[in-house]
Amino acid sequence: MSSRKSKSNNLIHAEYLSQVQRILRERFCHQSPHSNLFGVQVQYKHLIELLKRTAIHGESNSVLIIGPRGSGKTMLINHALKELMEVEEVSENVLQVHLNGLLQINDKIALKEITRQLNLENVVGDKVFGSFAENLSFLLEALKRGDRSSSCPVIFILDEFDLFAHHKNQTLLYNLFDISQSAQTPLAVIGLTCRLDILELLEKRVKSRFSHRQIHLMNSFGFPQYLKIFKEQLSLPAEFPDKIFTEKWNENVQCLTEDRSVREVLQKHFNVSKNLRSLHMLLMLALNRVTTSHPFVTAADLMEANQLCSMDSKANIVHGLSVLEICLIIAMKHLNDIYEEEPFNFQMVYNEFQKFVQRKAHSVYNFEKPVVMKAFEHLQQLELIRPMERTSVNTQREYQLMKLLLDNTQIMNALQKYPNCPTDVRQWATSSLSWL
Amino acid sequence: MAYYPTRLKTRQTYSWVGKPLLDHELRYHTYKEMSVKIEGGLTEIHIQVGQFVLIEGDDDENPYVAKLVELFEDDSEPHSKKRARVQWFIRFCEVPVSKRHLLGRKPAAQEIFWYDYPACNSNISAETIIDHVQVVALGPDEVIPVDLKNEQTLFVKLSWNEKTFRPLSPELFAEFDQPQEGSPRCQKPVGAKTKGLGSPTWTTAEHVIKRIESRHSNSKSRRTPSHPVTPKAKKRLELSSNTRISQQNSGALLDSPGRSKRKVAFSEITSPTKRSQPDGLHTSSPALKAPQKTGEIQSSCAKEDKKASPDCHRILRTRVPALKTTEISEERTLTPLRGGRKSSAVPSMVLKPENIKKRETEEPEAQDETTSTPHRIRRKNSLLTMNRIRQQLRFLGNSKSDQEDDEFLPAAEISDSGSEEEETSTPPLPRRTSSRVSKNLCSSVKSSFQTPSQTPQKTPKPSTPRHATPQIRSRNLAAQEPASMLEEARLRLHVSAVPESLPCRELEFQNIYNFVESKLLDRSGGCMYISGVPGTGKTATVHEVVRCLQQAAQANDVPPFQYIEVNGMKLTEPHQVYVQILQKLTGQKATANHAAELLAKRFLTRRSSPETTVLLVDELDLLWTQKQDVMYNLFDWPTHREARLVVLTIANTMDLPERIMMNRVSSRLGLTRMSFQPYTHSQLQQILVCRLKHVKAFEDDAIQLVARKVAALSGDARRCLDICRRATEICEFSCQKPDSPGLVTVAHLLQAVDEMFSSSYITAIKNSSVLEQSFLRAILAEFRRSGLEEATFQQVYSQHVALCRMEGLPYPTMSETMAVCSHLGSCRLLLVEPSRNDLLLRVRLNVSQDDVLYALKD
Repeated sequence: MSSRKSKSNNLIHAEYLSQVQRILRERFCHQSPHSNLFGVQVQYKHLIELLKRTAIHGESNSVLIIGPRGSGKTMLINHALKELMEVEEVSENVLQVHLNGLLQINDKIALKEITRQLNLENVVGDKVFGSFAENLSFLLEALKRGDRSSSCPVIFILDEFDLFAHHKNQTLLYNLFDISQSAQTPLAVIGLTCRLDILELLEKRVKSRFSHRQIHLMNSFGFPQYLKIFKEQLSLPAEFPDKIFTEKWNENVQCLTEDRSVREVLQKHFNVSKNLRSLHMLLMLALNRVTTSHPFVTAADLMEANQLCSMDSKANIVHGLSVLEICLIIAMKHLNDIYEEEPFNFQMVYNEFQKFVQRKAHSVYNFEKPVVMKAFEHLQQLELIRPMERTSVNTQREYQLMKLLLDNTQIMNALQKYPNCPTDVRQWATSSLSWL
Repeated sequence: MAYYPTRLKTRQTYSWVGKPLLDHELRYHTYKEMSVKIEGGLTEIHIQVGQFVLIEGDDDENPYVAKLVELFEDDSEPHSKKRARVQWFIRFCEVPVSKRHLLGRKPAAQEIFWYDYPACNSNISAETIIDHVQVVALGPDEVIPVDLKNEQTLFVKLSWNEKTFRPLSPELFAEFDQPQEGSPRCQKPVGAKTKGLGSPTWTTAEHVIKRIESRHSNSKSRRTPSHPVTPKAKKRLELSSNTRISQQNSGALLDSPGRSKRKVAFSEITSPTKRSQPDGLHTSSPALKAPQKTGEIQSSCAKEDKKASPDCHRILRTRVPALKTTEISEERTLTPLRGGRKSSAVPSMVLKPENIKKRETEEPEAQDETTSTPHRIRRKNSLLTMNRIRQQLRFLGNSKSDQEDDEFLPAAEISDSGSEEEETSTPPLPRRTSSRVSKNLCSSVKSSFQTPSQTPQKTPKPSTPRHATPQIRSRNLAAQEPASMLEEARLRLHVSAVPESLPCRELEFQNIYNFVESKLLDRSGGCMYISGVPGTGKTATVHEVVRCLQQAAQANDVPPFQYIEVNGMKLTEPHQVYVQILQKLTGQKATANHAAELLAKRFLTRRSSPETTVLLVDELDLLWTQKQDVMYNLFDWPTHREARLVVLTIANTMDLPERIMMNRVSSRLGLTRMSFQPYTHSQLQQILVCRLKHVKAFEDDAIQLVARKVAALSGDARRCLDICRRATEICEFSCQKPDSPGLVTVAHLLQAVDEMFSSSYITAIKNSSVLEQSFLRAILAEFRRSGLEEATFQQVYSQHVALCRMEGLPYPTMSETMAVCSHLGSCRLLLVEPSRNDLLLRVRLNVSQDDVLYALKD
């Protein structure tokens, strides 16, 4: 009886957990405009006022939102647009055009996309007809015919704004800014970029037409706020169906924030990056460990997640190498020490390896040269070593100059964790002269 | 050439006539009549339901033809409440070129086709209606009259449903037969049978593979002239309202408001031909009324009218009496083909009684205005005579159908003479008029803008790009007007706000004005080069000059000229400048090479009555090509006497001619140079004061401060205005009480200047994470160690590890450090090589070392 009850309990539990996973994953992976904004109230106010003036008064504006990656630029603009569209008189009244510098890689494509999104009349289905020049003059004509009071304001959102500055002549930017500075259709041009030197990229005429409004997002919060964000991000919303479970979950989250080891983990993470996306990554990794048998996130989960996050990817590769390949890397390390970072070739490495094998090694088999060559090439494929110049037909493979892409500390750390590393190899690694 | 005066010349006001009928199902008021008053009050056109009307289209000479089905007021449309529902007709030139062969013969010049395509949006703004027109239906075996020179009558023989031409169905034909009848709701019995019922169509191919054509082919097709075959015909049919169709369509039309409009337009776009048109008709007769409506009422007056002096007009109220219907329909069945003959040949003209005296008094005024709208008045006179004759004819026709044939001849003669008179009046129209029209185009477009959604609805069949109206949809909600002083100031400070005068550029203005004026007066050509850094008012000054000259030209102080503007930045490629010039000059479309040839021909050969062309070339430097042929041509044309071309060029650098132009180009450019100096602080101050003349929003000190700041930086007036605008926002934001925002102070301005010009690097460094900061320190340490301004990542990494150890930070792994490095690189705090170089990538600082040190101090 009781076992059945616990079984059904388990089922309910599983149900809740899958919901928890869904809600939290959505929160971590999507930039939903529902999540809260942290510490950008001033900037938000500036932006929303600006958009409102465009939407309601028909005032043209241009603004750049600048901030490092993951500082919430897109979230800010999405929030602002969402709020704007909730105003009744505005929602029917505003056209939006979203462009991304990574997608619209030249003005021709960008123009087609604008025409498509504005639904102008030379659009058939999803296709825009006409040549580039025709499209440009058509669009300009369309925008020129508007005026402040009667035509529908258009909000242009240019993601990865800096890439638009690389278009030929900056035609698109010039025209957008020019319209925003003249009595035509009201435009709000909003550029999102992570480059602080964005204004230097603009051509002087384009720059003069840009209003020089900049909204900076700088992740200016400190660690206490970071903790708060952590807590908020992991907590379940009040709408969650089961109150008791929500309570328990949130209590657990509260405990976590007070836990010393968790704080340490977070502090470490915070030190590396204030980027909220990296926090999401950490929480996502921790969340993945939540199952029916392990229903709550624990400090250990977070620690493990942090370890995964901060893992050195190259050291991981080294762990998977064969002993021969490790030996070659150690030989290269010694060559680097001897010749002060000068490039080396296969022959030098092979000689170094031979020396070690002949004088010292007991556990390492003296491999044939082609075998060693094969191992060397494998290292090259893994990009642990890199040729100095392009491989040409003329140079023999043995004599091609190479550089090691591993730091000494990395090699030593990797060796310590390397499973079943022969002692003599380890000794050789610590000192090239150990065989003397 | 038929030329239909559209609203280009005069503004018209539209008002309903008669009481509204409340439509219970549709919940809006429907009307039977609408009057169009042309500005100045001279003329008033009455348009009734059931008449054929001309509707404003892209092409002035071929407006759309349609039959008015319903007039109603729609409150859901905020701007244009007056709506109309129409049944479209299509001209042959609007049929897609690939389908034209289906007709199997050459179309008559005045032939139109019943547009049988229910998907076509027939809900239009009533304010696009230009005038009414006469449309006559012909049986399939009737020939379109050839000798009739009255262009205002159009003939319908076939219907076009996007696939085939078919003869008009008997029902349709019957409807055409009906005398026009006021109420669209009134169902008529289908009495008349046409001879051509069921007879084979003209089309050779019935089933054609439908395909959506590309617009290119369409646009070309539009350019091919329609064959001007003069029609031969003996009989015409009077058209009248077709109620059935309207009701069929009404269901589909009702759901058009709001977004669905777009969809309608969309679906139509996919079917390229969809082109319905109002029937062409003579316009310009004041207070035209549907001739047929008056019916017998007029009969008594008709004879009097005939004798009356031209200025004395009989006015008939044209409320259609319901009792008439039976009589009229009866008559229709009797004389289906004749009933409307005369009335179609001669437009009817009925004046309302209230207007008689008014009109008489206004007549002299109308004569005075002849200069401005000459041919409108001319035509009016001819119409007056025609009108009287027509009225009489109708009277006769209504009473005794036998006499019609006798009466027909004189009617035809008179109508001929009338149209001849018209034709004679049309050719002498100076070329200037037509170009003036094209110049005025934008103003008319603007006015149509105020009645939103009319254009998208009215032209729901933009099968070709040429027909697509480039227009952003208009807003549903009126833009709010500024409420507070600060908002008012902000509006005036916007760069787009055009000041009454351009302060501080008087000298430059005078120079350019004198230059252009002298060229205009001399009837010669020339070039001028204007240079100056951005934001010094070059383009604005030239615009101002052109505006003043246009005013002067209107006052006949200088000869009329045509003004064209091109901008190098608005071109995709330098050679496109030819295309743009040609299009603005003549409306033609051509490829770049062809356009260049046409322009050369135009400018280098003697023309009959050339008027000077003023061409403004903005951002000249972008027209640079390897061969410099574009610049060469632009500067070469003005040197020819026949060209009469004045070229004003604008660029940023003063030495552009010497720097980038070949000798032969710069020599043609000549030495007329003008350079705009950056504004000084006092000039900037004056500009601001001038803009804020009646608005007290700024402290005087504040204005002076911003003027000095900007003058020291760049002298860019745009910057100055932008800073002030931002300052008003800051002021508004900082004063929490919205009712008393107060003045913009120096503090607000300083904050605005700070926001716009302060470098953000230091804040960015201050706000970066611990590891990022220590990485920057490591870079500094490495630079100091090596004495170079560049280091590889590996070197910095070892420094970084050491630093972290010193500061007690956990050991940073290589991956973490690499992430930190690329993060700093993406912000451009560092300049880094692509990360595939891995350990060997070179790192440089994008900020000065001192700045980094300063930022990392605490």
